[in-house]
Amino acid sequence: MASLELRNVHKRYGSGLPDTLKNIDLKIESGEFLILVGPSGCGKSTLMNCIAGLEDITGGEILVEGSDISGMSPKDRDIAMVFQSYALYPTMNVRDNIAFGLKMRKVPQEKIDEEVARVAKLLQIEHLLTRKPSQLSGGQQQRVAMGRALARRPKIYLFDEPLSNLDAKLRVEMRTEIKLMHQRLKTTTVYVTHDQIEAMTLGDKVAVMKDGIVQQFGTPQQIYNDPANLFVASFIGSPPMNFIPLRVQRQGGQWLAILDSGQARCELPLTVADDAALEGRDVILGVRPEQIVVGKGDVGLPAVRAEVDVIEPTGPDTLVFVSLNDTKVCCRMAPDLAPQVGESLTLQFDPAKVLLFDAQSGERLGAQPAERPRNVAQFKGR
Amino acid sequence: MTSVVGHKPFSPSRLAIHATLLLACAVYLVPLVVMLLTSFKTPDDIRGGNLLSWPDVFTVIGWAKAWDSVGGFFWNSVKITVPAVVISTLLGALNGYVLSMWRFRGSQLFFGLLLFGCFLPFQVILLPASFTLGKLGLANTTTGLVLVHVVYGLAFTTLFFRNFYVSIPDALVRAARLDGAGFFTIFGRILLPMSVPTIMVCLIWQFTQIWNDFLFGVVFASGDSQPITVALNNLVNTSTGAKEYNVDMAAAMIAGLPTLVVYVLAGKYFLRGLTAGAVKG
Repeated sequence: MASLELRNVHKRYGSGLPDTLKNIDLKIESGEFLILVGPSGCGKSTLMNCIAGLEDITGGEILVEGSDISGMSPKDRDIAMVFQSYALYPTMNVRDNIAFGLKMRKVPQEKIDEEVARVAKLLQIEHLLTRKPSQLSGGQQQRVAMGRALARRPKIYLFDEPLSNLDAKLRVEMRTEIKLMHQRLKTTTVYVTHDQIEAMTLGDKVAVMKDGIVQQFGTPQQIYNDPANLFVASFIGSPPMNFIPLRVQRQGGQWLAILDSGQARCELPLTVADDAALEGRDVILGVRPEQIVVGKGDVGLPAVRAEVDVIEPTGPDTLVFVSLNDTKVCCRMAPDLAPQVGESLTLQFDPAKVLLFDAQSGERLGAQPAERPRNVAQFKGR
Repeated sequence: MTSVVGHKPFSPSRLAIHATLLLACAVYLVPLVVMLLTSFKTPDDIRGGNLLSWPDVFTVIGWAKAWDSVGGFFWNSVKITVPAVVISTLLGALNGYVLSMWRFRGSQLFFGLLLFGCFLPFQVILLPASFTLGKLGLANTTTGLVLVHVVYGLAFTTLFFRNFYVSIPDALVRAARLDGAGFFTIFGRILLPMSVPTIMVCLIWQFTQIWNDFLFGVVFASGDSQPITVALNNLVNTSTGAKEYNVDMAAAMIAGLPTLVVYVLAGKYFLRGLTAGAVKG
């Protein structure tokens, strides 16, 4: 196992073409699980291919255990990869698929047999060793693909959207298995996904990417509680964070956000670090559905009454939609407390938990309370 | 599904379909039947009877005489065809591998130009080819003829393999590279074993083309190194003595048999290979 550090990694496919990756700076310690997450076309798979050596970088350094590997060929980097399509060799059986990388590295036969047996036992695919990939189900193929990576005991494991070809139920099962495997083996892993739930559940560190730029790099909790900008806030979380457009008012040295449901108004006091930051700006208030306090009586927070437009029971929770400042706002409630459509509901907002974003640039405005841990993002604006 | 096939075996439409098919078969088979019957007749029998009549006595004398005149050239054809087919198929596979998996700057243009080779008529390359063979010192040799066939066939075999390999996901090659396999290991251990249907297509296509070739054979070979097609022509077109149709027919059968055998043995791969990659399997 080894640490991995990306320093100012840059990728461009040709002069005159736009940058595919811009100034990527990431670092994970040995044994950590790094998630690269973002919408399609954000550069996350390109970045993974650059780490693997399947594509060259235009600038910067890729350090494994402190030494730069960016000039090495893929086979010398000691990195294994699990592909989205699994990429099992169709003419070889499972045993030969797992053993291929070891054979290429001229490992003695008895050592190969030993490794194949170890991996097969670990992944519970011992009974499949003589089958061809075409005779396996999707989940079994997935295991073999992981086995092929594990057999070589490389320094770093790369997973390229490994679960996206599985059906929903199997995906959840395999997600847990990957997590379990990582807890047991403590392998340094880079995992690409577009699924924010996989990102939250699996990662020790998460890098949210968009347009070839790392928007935020931190632990899942930091990403969730303290998003660096509107994009990160909207991408992570399901149901997504509510974004309420508003103008702030200044009253007696205090900035106030005005929430208007049509039947009532509420003035939400904001804690602003920099007084000038909000002057005359259109801002967006971000609040997660579970952070709106509803149906629990008066807890002494600023409140507004609003009429329920739509109710969506999901089982464990019921999502209640109301309208504030002409924007649909989702609240997450316990099912037994859920109101009927048309009823009025009191929504309470905790000023310490709401986030403020600039409506134009989408950047987070310095409105977070001081006791919150500082955002460690290496956000680089354009 | 069998019940559908067995359903109403004697319906009029089904009878009509089968009758039409049988008729078409007969039309196609009549020339072969005439050839076979004639090859087993004596020359007197041929002059006396009609084309479709049964031989009075079956005799293999025509076949024996035919083998005496073209048998040596049969082996010439084998010596030309087998190496030419094998070399052009292997080189085509290698070309297709590079053009689909290891794209270089201008590889698409290169492939486009290579495709022109498929549309070049034989006659166009006769003079340049004989000039080149002369310079190489290979004029009138079997090796020279093999070279011409390999070069001419490369456009086709490259096309077949390239089109098959573009349907194979890049991830396979990437996985092999990470596993530590090099250029030729990936080709030999992973891609070639997957290419059996395409290899069969190339074998059939190239074998038929090269075995049946007459023009290159008559131009680039002479005397004892001629292929069987040229020998057959010399035998049939001879103007001295009485026409021995039984010998002509037997010689034609001998010349045609190898392609027939190749089709029967490898034919099931032919359609499978030609449509490989057309639908996701």
